[in-house]
Amino acid sequence: MTWGSPAEFFSMGGYGLYVWGAYAVCLAAMLIEPWLARRQRLEALVAASRTEKDSL
Amino acid sequence: MSSLRWSTFSAPSRFYALVNVLNPWLWGLAIALTLAGLYMGFFVAPVDATQGNSYRIIFIHVPAAWLSMVLYLAMAFWAAIGWMLNARMASMLARAIAPTGAVFTFLALWTGSFWGKPTWGTWWVWDARLTSELILLFLYLGYIALVSSIDDAVRGDKAGAVLALVGAVNVPIIYFSVVWWNTLHQGATISMTAAPKMAQTMLMAMLLMTLAFWAYAFAVVFTRAQALAVEREGHADWVRMVARKELQ
Repeated sequence: MTWGSPAEFFSMGGYGLYVWGAYAVCLAAMLIEPWLARRQRLEALVAASRTEKDSL
Repeated sequence: MSSLRWSTFSAPSRFYALVNVLNPWLWGLAIALTLAGLYMGFFVAPVDATQGNSYRIIFIHVPAAWLSMVLYLAMAFWAAIGWMLNARMASMLARAIAPTGAVFTFLALWTGSFWGKPTWGTWWVWDARLTSELILLFLYLGYIALVSSIDDAVRGDKAGAVLALVGAVNVPIIYFSVVWWNTLHQGATISMTAAPKMAQTMLMAMLLMTLAFWAYAFAVVFTRAQALAVEREGHADWVRMVARKELQ
């Protein structure tokens, strides 16, 4: 095992800010992007079903 | 199945159905590969002798940078196919790739900056590799702005294809910038022709994360392409059937 304790893991040998700053933004982007894509699809489906009702 | 041809899934309705089948697997793969890659990268790969633990940023930096270039070429390819063959789904795929390419380009720049500060002593430097990657971000954003500013979808696709193809020149410039110019950014650690100059476990972590990012990129691009197909073909029977089924 590379790390002696959780504190050692989070400090990343003094590079914690840089390592976690990079990973946190990466994680956030990769959670937000799929959420936005799914929302776009849902909104498109809702809009499509509305036009269906209008034409009835 | 004998009716399956290369063009089968170019019909938006079939494409939509195919993605519904593929995406759960792609998301599962993305998550499993990410967990394996992070385990390798943080618990198996040793600390780097010269960079300390800051080097662990490369496990996301390098995959993001690779994907940013590959996705641009994929976007230009599908935009060109859509333009030349008048293939609707190909043009929609090109549009669907652009935001994901922009996200990976931003992440390559962001993570690179967070690696550069402790390693080079600066967040940013105007060297050829960093500058050409920044231009890539502007190309993606320019493409998105251009296609979304033209109301007529087909005209927007064509204009986007021209921009995407002209901008493709930038990709080899990014890739070879570290060879052609004297850059602060280091040269390639991994190449097709020579043994990689890094520890096996580090390499393994990076490759796992690259595959994870690939799976992610496919899944999110496919979802967005579904959305675009529904937006464009809102009045088609297949869209009504899908909407009725999925909005329950």
